[in-house]
Amino acid sequence: MRYSVLSILKNALAGDVAWAPVWRDPEPQPAYDAIVIGGGGHGLATAYYLARNHRVASVAVLERGLIGQGNVGRNTTIVRANYLLRGNSEFYSHSLKLWEGLERELNYNVMMSQRGVLNLCHSDAQRDAFARRGNQIRFQGDDAVLLDREGVRRIAPFLNFDDLRFPIHGGLLQVRAGTARHDAVAWGYARAADARGVDLLQNCEVTGIRVENGRVCGVETTRGAIAAEKVAIVAAGRSGQVAALAGLRLPIESHVLQAFVTEGLKPVLPGVVTFGMGHFYISQSDKGGLVFGGDLDSYNSYAARGNLPAVEHVMEAGMALMPMIGRARVLRSWGSIVDMTPDGSPIIDRTPVEGLFLNAGWCYGGFKATPASGWCLAHLMATGRPHPVAARLRLDRFASGRVLDEEGAGAQHNLH
Amino acid sequence: MRIACPLCGERDLREFTYRGAAVLLDRPAEPDPVAFDAYLHLRDNPAGPNAELWHHAFGCRAWLRVVRDTRTHAILEVGLARDARGRLAPGVGEAVVPAEGEGTA
Repeated sequence: MRYSVLSILKNALAGDVAWAPVWRDPEPQPAYDAIVIGGGGHGLATAYYLARNHRVASVAVLERGLIGQGNVGRNTTIVRANYLLRGNSEFYSHSLKLWEGLERELNYNVMMSQRGVLNLCHSDAQRDAFARRGNQIRFQGDDAVLLDREGVRRIAPFLNFDDLRFPIHGGLLQVRAGTARHDAVAWGYARAADARGVDLLQNCEVTGIRVENGRVCGVETTRGAIAAEKVAIVAAGRSGQVAALAGLRLPIESHVLQAFVTEGLKPVLPGVVTFGMGHFYISQSDKGGLVFGGDLDSYNSYAARGNLPAVEHVMEAGMALMPMIGRARVLRSWGSIVDMTPDGSPIIDRTPVEGLFLNAGWCYGGFKATPASGWCLAHLMATGRPHPVAARLRLDRFASGRVLDEEGAGAQHNLH
Repeated sequence: MRIACPLCGERDLREFTYRGAAVLLDRPAEPDPVAFDAYLHLRDNPAGPNAELWHHAFGCRAWLRVVRDTRTHAILEVGLARDARGRLAPGVGEAVVPAEGEGTA
């Protein structure tokens, strides 16, 4: 059913009992043209664009649990395109453009809200770096405004401007950036992919990848063997384990990143505010909760929970930046398994196994990439050529030295 | 998480800094690009016992080789990194306490 004001009114008047399930629950077919391992945002988007852009006839998404239970339902929902390096900047620029039309595209309200992302700076040197970054963003064709202290004060008067260690000197604002409703992104892509004939196979864990003569020919799953000549691994924090089924070792460590939500409050934050020097960022959900987080706990983890020192650090940074946060009560926190690469940038590429593709290494920033990630992987799978905006997101860039180290931190997975 | 430093005893996580997988102890002897790519970038990244390097930065400043279960954060083994050089692969051939929780590795 196509959603419209009319369809909502009609169903509301009929007592909301006539809504059909949003996607089918099909049985696995013995073979597909393409299989996507991982029913998160990126996997669903990949399947959707395979069907929509490239008319691939039969596509299946294999999800170990249920759609939307992974990182796409456990993140802080920020969408932005404020990268410095070529390779990243054109990719995220493309993604932001897709976000801007996503609701019409999917006929689904993903609650894309361009409320702005403000990065704060605390020294002259950092302001110079922001000016350079802002210029680079504008060269790319996106928007960036360098604000002085008073400019920041007009937007966010509640900040602590005179912290002794990190006084606020100014900030870099991207107005077109903002937040979206993460669950709705998963549901919207799932529904749109299903409507184009993609089979969403839930509770279908991949237990083996069949490779013959260096070519992929299918997968073993908990719901039987499925043949396909094109298989994509889109498994985020579990990428290493899935890739190991095909005998591959990846440049990825899985780490834990914690995030926090407070009770619902009336609107207090104008948009997203990031305090990079304190390892803290915050926004307010449409429901009113303050959504905030910080850096990685910094050690490998699949536990989906973190430790208290990282919690304490985030809370201290929050109190330092905006003391009013001390009046809010934290409702819940969680830890997500994030796939960290040695340079902090993602991978959308072929693998040494013919027909097997890899989409991984999104670190803690995969949500904003969802549309372009699917778009570019679908392009690569269907045409055999990398999409121009993802051509530098190569698997072999660590060996070749063409790394995309946005932070300049060097080859250490947990520093990005 | 608490780590029992062989020199200082059991200490809070906040005293330690994480470096990465303990494969970093096994630097390739020859300047072979393939071997160095693997050494610097590629990781087993197991869901289970993982051999890692921790620095007791706010203690004795020793480098430690810690085997830790990445599913539960349970510390299984701690030793000085200098004694562990050349010992490859997390948990291989070692007695490991079975950990509770999910296990897909």
